[in-house]
Amino acid sequence: MDDIIDPRSIDRPNSYIGKSIPRPNTAKLVEGRGQYVDDIMLPRMAHVAFVRSPHAHARIDAIDVSEALKLPGVLRVFTAADLAKHVEPWVAVLVHMKGMKSAPQYPLPLTTATWMGEAIVAVVAESRAIAEDALGLVQIDYTPLTAVADMETALAPDTPVIHPDLGDNLTFERVNESGNVADAFKAAHKVVEATFHTGRHTGVTLEPRSILADYNRASGRLTVHHSTQAPHMIQGVFAKHLRMAEGDVRVICTDVGGSFGIKVHVYPDEVAVAAIAKLMARPVKFIADRLESFSSDIHARDHRITARMAVDAEGRILAIDADDLTGIGPYSVYPRTSAVEGNQVVNLLGGPYDFPHYRAKTTVVLQNKAPTCQYRAVGHPIATTVTEGLVDLAAEALGMDPIAFRLKNLMKDDSYPRTSPAGMRFEGLSHEKSLGRLMEMIDYPGLRGKQALGRANGQHLGIGFAAFIELTNPSPFMYGIGGARISAQDGCTVRIDPDGSVVAATGVTEQGQGTEAIIRQIVAEAMGVPIDTVRVLTGDTQTTPYGGGTWACRGAGIGGEAALQAGLATKEAALKVAAAMLQAAPDTLDLVNGNIVTKATGEVRMPLAELGRIVYFRGDTLPPDLPRELMQTRHFITKQFPFAFTNGIQASWLDVDTDTGMVKLLGHWVVEDCGRIINPLLVDEQVRGGVVQGIGGALYEHCTYSPEGQLLIGSMADYLVPMAAEMPDIHVGHVETPTKESLLGAKGAGEAGTAGAPAA
Amino acid sequence: MNQHLDITLTVNGDRVSRRVEARTHLVDFLRGDLGLMGSHVGCEHGVCGACTLRVDGDIVRGCLVLAVQLDGATVETIEGISDSGEIRDLQDAFIARNAAQCGFCTPGMLMTAADLLQHNKQPSRDEIREHISGNYCRCTGYHAIVDAVETVASARAGKV
Repeated sequence: MDDIIDPRSIDRPNSYIGKSIPRPNTAKLVEGRGQYVDDIMLPRMAHVAFVRSPHAHARIDAIDVSEALKLPGVLRVFTAADLAKHVEPWVAVLVHMKGMKSAPQYPLPLTTATWMGEAIVAVVAESRAIAEDALGLVQIDYTPLTAVADMETALAPDTPVIHPDLGDNLTFERVNESGNVADAFKAAHKVVEATFHTGRHTGVTLEPRSILADYNRASGRLTVHHSTQAPHMIQGVFAKHLRMAEGDVRVICTDVGGSFGIKVHVYPDEVAVAAIAKLMARPVKFIADRLESFSSDIHARDHRITARMAVDAEGRILAIDADDLTGIGPYSVYPRTSAVEGNQVVNLLGGPYDFPHYRAKTTVVLQNKAPTCQYRAVGHPIATTVTEGLVDLAAEALGMDPIAFRLKNLMKDDSYPRTSPAGMRFEGLSHEKSLGRLMEMIDYPGLRGKQALGRANGQHLGIGFAAFIELTNPSPFMYGIGGARISAQDGCTVRIDPDGSVVAATGVTEQGQGTEAIIRQIVAEAMGVPIDTVRVLTGDTQTTPYGGGTWACRGAGIGGEAALQAGLATKEAALKVAAAMLQAAPDTLDLVNGNIVTKATGEVRMPLAELGRIVYFRGDTLPPDLPRELMQTRHFITKQFPFAFTNGIQASWLDVDTDTGMVKLLGHWVVEDCGRIINPLLVDEQVRGGVVQGIGGALYEHCTYSPEGQLLIGSMADYLVPMAAEMPDIHVGHVETPTKESLLGAKGAGEAGTAGAPAA
Repeated sequence: MNQHLDITLTVNGDRVSRRVEARTHLVDFLRGDLGLMGSHVGCEHGVCGACTLRVDGDIVRGCLVLAVQLDGATVETIEGISDSGEIRDLQDAFIARNAAQCGFCTPGMLMTAADLLQHNKQPSRDEIREHISGNYCRCTGYHAIVDAVETVASARAGKV
């Protein structure tokens, strides 16, 4: 991999990589002419609504659906027993995470409701309104059981066991240890300690979870329009659990109204919808309403971490010791599992810093609240908050400036490749350079001056910092090795059409972050064609190469590299045909701005459209044995490192009202190193959006429960998401350390903002 | 609940007559009966603003108005004010500034932004933030939206 080229160094037309080019998709979205799942209407389409458990924990004694069936417009009512015989249950564990356990889960629970909001009965009607009318007519007799609400006592001997077959409420535990923590704390100059609580919150995609499944009994094929981040994964799941061949399941996702990790999981109510469509052999739609979203979308980040840090007299970090406890709801979520968040915490604590001794333990327990799973920047905000909290306490204990303390302890830019105390392998990071860039962006002495002046006048201004690392581009070591059928590889097919235009189909998906925009830039540059002649297809298992979809920031890093290689291969194939037509050697020709040119002089020899015309309509004029493969597919998977890591640092400037506790945000700065930047405009907006989601988690958003496990939020008026008026302007700067694993060098940018903002 | 009523109203310049269930919300009527899918349903509680549209010149929440209330009214949706060209400059600014990501909030956001610029020709950034605070966006963090609206306000002021 020594012959790395900087794609932007190519000084010629069609150099699009690295340019702020607006997204092609936005034009339809600003006119309200996108197509989300709820916008699709099919003939004979029926609608599903679910009776959901009002109890956190209850035995289901009897269900009577007779009154509901009498309501005009109601088509069918399905109970757990009706669906169970048609669906293979699932158990969400990963075998490489030793000792992990979870209970079998069905689309609807057979005997016991285990969280408030769990779908119990499905009503199918001619309209959603009629289906909802019928919900109140379904009679369910419950025996309420004691709810396991407090994760602190989930493992106590007198706490009920949610799934008796599991023996206890423990899903997973792991200690990650290196060096000698006990001795390090004995020898420490100072020790700081704190307990951190991260409130349970959720993604609140503005488009709720949406699915429209249709089954054709004659062809035996299931077509699912789905608001998802991972269409191929969903295809595999529906095929396996509805006992079908993968080829008989097609998953289509057109526009997705926000995902943030919420839409990368298998939800039991959505499996129920697919099963119902198959049983009824007609299109069946389910769109979650907002109350259903709050009680049945995955939650995340319900952690309590007790942590301490040892430092020496010179201000060097000696050791971190942390205990993480997290409650994940009654089931581990399929197929990624709910132990990954805690596992990430113990992999990422202390991530930016150079220190020798480390011990972190995560304990993952079951409880009767909504299931938790991976949400944007999985585990990162927790690890970063704890790490930076300890760093600030240590700096204070030593009487050091927080920036000076960080500079002393951050990993040096010239120290890579290296392995962190938590065992993470870093190819190349830029903590020192990023901190330097941040200092250029903010007037640090000036802000400290304002802070002192404010304090003298009774105003409490604060400036907080958070250095962070972020895991991207996961290899099969994330899920595949544990038995989950989630592709770490992705592919891209690039095709030249007769008019010389180009179509690129990719396995990575678009949820608004700009996947299609960057794939278009990359393919246009790789091919040497004008960008507006390239069309990108995503989100259809029938027409795109098999891939993992978009999560963990893999769109640019994995999908982008596959697109680059497919574009280069298609260009090479086109030049072979052109060489035969022009009786020249292929390596004397090039493709520039959509024209075949003489490489040495730039002289235009013919447009790509002419080559297309000849190949598709006058193939008789070409040498008979000449390959004319104007469509090429390439795949990419990372091979050298289990994950790529990005890094950066954030600063937050705010005003705390010490009487009310209200926080007014005055300014926010981010420096991010996401490797090669393909489109600065899109990267900056990913960072800003991520920051605001992080701030939301830190200051506003909280899924509150009563001690009995009753969810206390019912609408967006109860669960606060950040609004425009309370958010500050967010200033974004960059450092670029490309990964050498790929020609493109991109690492991913979607989650860094969220990873660091709460801590800052 | 199941009572039906006849209404006649003007939607995006077209006269429309329908028999509707009394409980049908305006946004469900537009989407379900007229196939106008540009107004989105985000919360059905009047909080998120994704269903913002215009009735008789004022912006309203499509999920808080009943269709039967609108006999004789004039309704404009994102499709209508896109076709008329009324907010072309705002739309172009949203595209150029990447002020829309998933796009689900965008039609409502544009309706609200257009309303602001109708009543306040040169709003400050704080005034823009205040006015669009009833429209939730989970993707952008709002900064780019504020930039786009500010740019259009300046451009319109320059033209006058």
